[in-house]
Amino acid sequence: MKILVPIKRVVDYNVKIRVKPDGTGVETTNVKMSMNPFDEIAVEEAVRLKERGIATEVLAVSAGVAACQETLRTALALGADRAILIETDVELQPLAVARLLAAIVAKEGPQLVIMGKQAIDDDANQTGQMLAALLDWPQATFASQVVVDTAAQQVTVTREIDGGLETLQMPLPAVITTDLRLNEPRFASLPNIMKAKKKPLETVSPAALGVDVTPRIRTLKVEEPPKRKGGVKVADVDELIAKLRQEAKVI
Amino acid sequence: MSANVLVVSEHDNHHLARSTAHVVAAARQLGSVTLLVAGSQCAPVAEVAAQLDGVDRVVLADAEPLAGLTAEALAEAVLAVGGDSSYILFPATAFGKNIAPRVAAKRNVAQISDVIRIIDGKTFVRPIYAGNALATVTCDDPALVLTIRTTAFDAVGKRSTPAPIETQAVALAASKTTAVGRQLTQSARPELTAARVVVTGGRGLGSSEQFHALLEPLADKLNAAIGASRAAVDAGYAPNDWQVGQTGKIVAPELYIAIGVSGAIQHLAGMKDSKVIVAINKDPEAPIFQVADYGLVADLFQAVPELTRKL
Repeated sequence: MKILVPIKRVVDYNVKIRVKPDGTGVETTNVKMSMNPFDEIAVEEAVRLKERGIATEVLAVSAGVAACQETLRTALALGADRAILIETDVELQPLAVARLLAAIVAKEGPQLVIMGKQAIDDDANQTGQMLAALLDWPQATFASQVVVDTAAQQVTVTREIDGGLETLQMPLPAVITTDLRLNEPRFASLPNIMKAKKKPLETVSPAALGVDVTPRIRTLKVEEPPKRKGGVKVADVDELIAKLRQEAKVI
Repeated sequence: MSANVLVVSEHDNHHLARSTAHVVAAARQLGSVTLLVAGSQCAPVAEVAAQLDGVDRVVLADAEPLAGLTAEALAEAVLAVGGDSSYILFPATAFGKNIAPRVAAKRNVAQISDVIRIIDGKTFVRPIYAGNALATVTCDDPALVLTIRTTAFDAVGKRSTPAPIETQAVALAASKTTAVGRQLTQSARPELTAARVVVTGGRGLGSSEQFHALLEPLADKLNAAIGASRAAVDAGYAPNDWQVGQTGKIVAPELYIAIGVSGAIQHLAGMKDSKVIVAINKDPEAPIFQVADYGLVADLFQAVPELTRKL
């Protein structure tokens, strides 16, 4: 069974982002970029399925600028077997990415797509569900546990919902999106980083896949959220209770 | 002519979730509101939904394949009922986030996630980068799918006479996905996203035992929901669905009490719209104090029991 893992290059999790002074977006030049953390979890899950003999190949795919190759190399160092970059300088939005991935699925024929539930830059939480819709595949979003039964060609997924957990069972092929507690991704070892440099990485264009990636949504401006100003320090519990009763009137 | 807005209600086939009343509030700003109740044996939900102020009509799509409320079946039902709507709105909850993009992709229109403000019929404000920036976006697609951040829109109230309920038959294939089961956290407390008061514990509580021993009596006194920071959840002090933050629940209660919470950016994104924020932490430099209306620098193991006793 082949597993496809789409990954996105985003501003690193630990970077405190800055809004550009002209309000056109968020500063990304000279900022550390990394693999979207939810996608790392997806890579880890796919690699573990391969290590357990359930998957035969893990294919990492990214879409975006040439620098996304670095992110794909990271996925290869973590255990993916090969990678495809759909290279474009156009700003990609979820529906366009889902169409690109659907074209790759048609070409590669994976039985399972595992991807992050959302990217930590645009926080859209759309692409996995959109891909499943375009392929007419079942979906299991926000997964915290994945059990693949290759004999029965089905997958059982526990997913995180408001108020608890839900368990779904669905036939393969399917799309799974990862939540935080699915696993703890490994770190790439130096020998694996070296080995990753020799693994195959192919580049295609959106046009070659027959997909129009023209953005549908235009960003008019990006601004900092209104700052919440810190209030006062109280000396003790008595003063706190007095403030809450008489000033804030919330208790 | 007023635009047709379809609101997809969140429910479990028995009870209408509170999120729906918030989404209706947003929908009213866009046009006339049709509320869809899609499920199985869910007529009682439609009757409650018909009482929401601002709902012009309720469509009840009751079909067996919807029993498991899977994304696949629900998306088909939404398209069958509201395929020609100008707007299709969902709450930005686990329920809505699961289904909305499926509907958008099938309709070949864009989705705008986590809307916090409606500027006009095509222009919306939404948080990006975990709420560290706000983007104003616009889209000319013939229809739009939106998910609405519920804390950004005050829930509508009840109307005096219920809106009409129309039953619509939807032909759906049997769902490929089977819902095997749900394990919901049982709690007598108010729900986290709906509570008037939220008491949240962080890593500073030190252990699961202390987390519960200190926070529960305080929450009982205030009839509060209990939340947890991601650090506390990761340390195993509290279940995952108590997590407040960008990757957990977004809350905006009248009173938010953060106890032993440092105030990581991820956490602040989930609670900074609370009306009054109280922080209790022994570290005077903790970032949580930068957003707290009332900060108490103290040992929480003394301050919290004292607070509980004196309330």
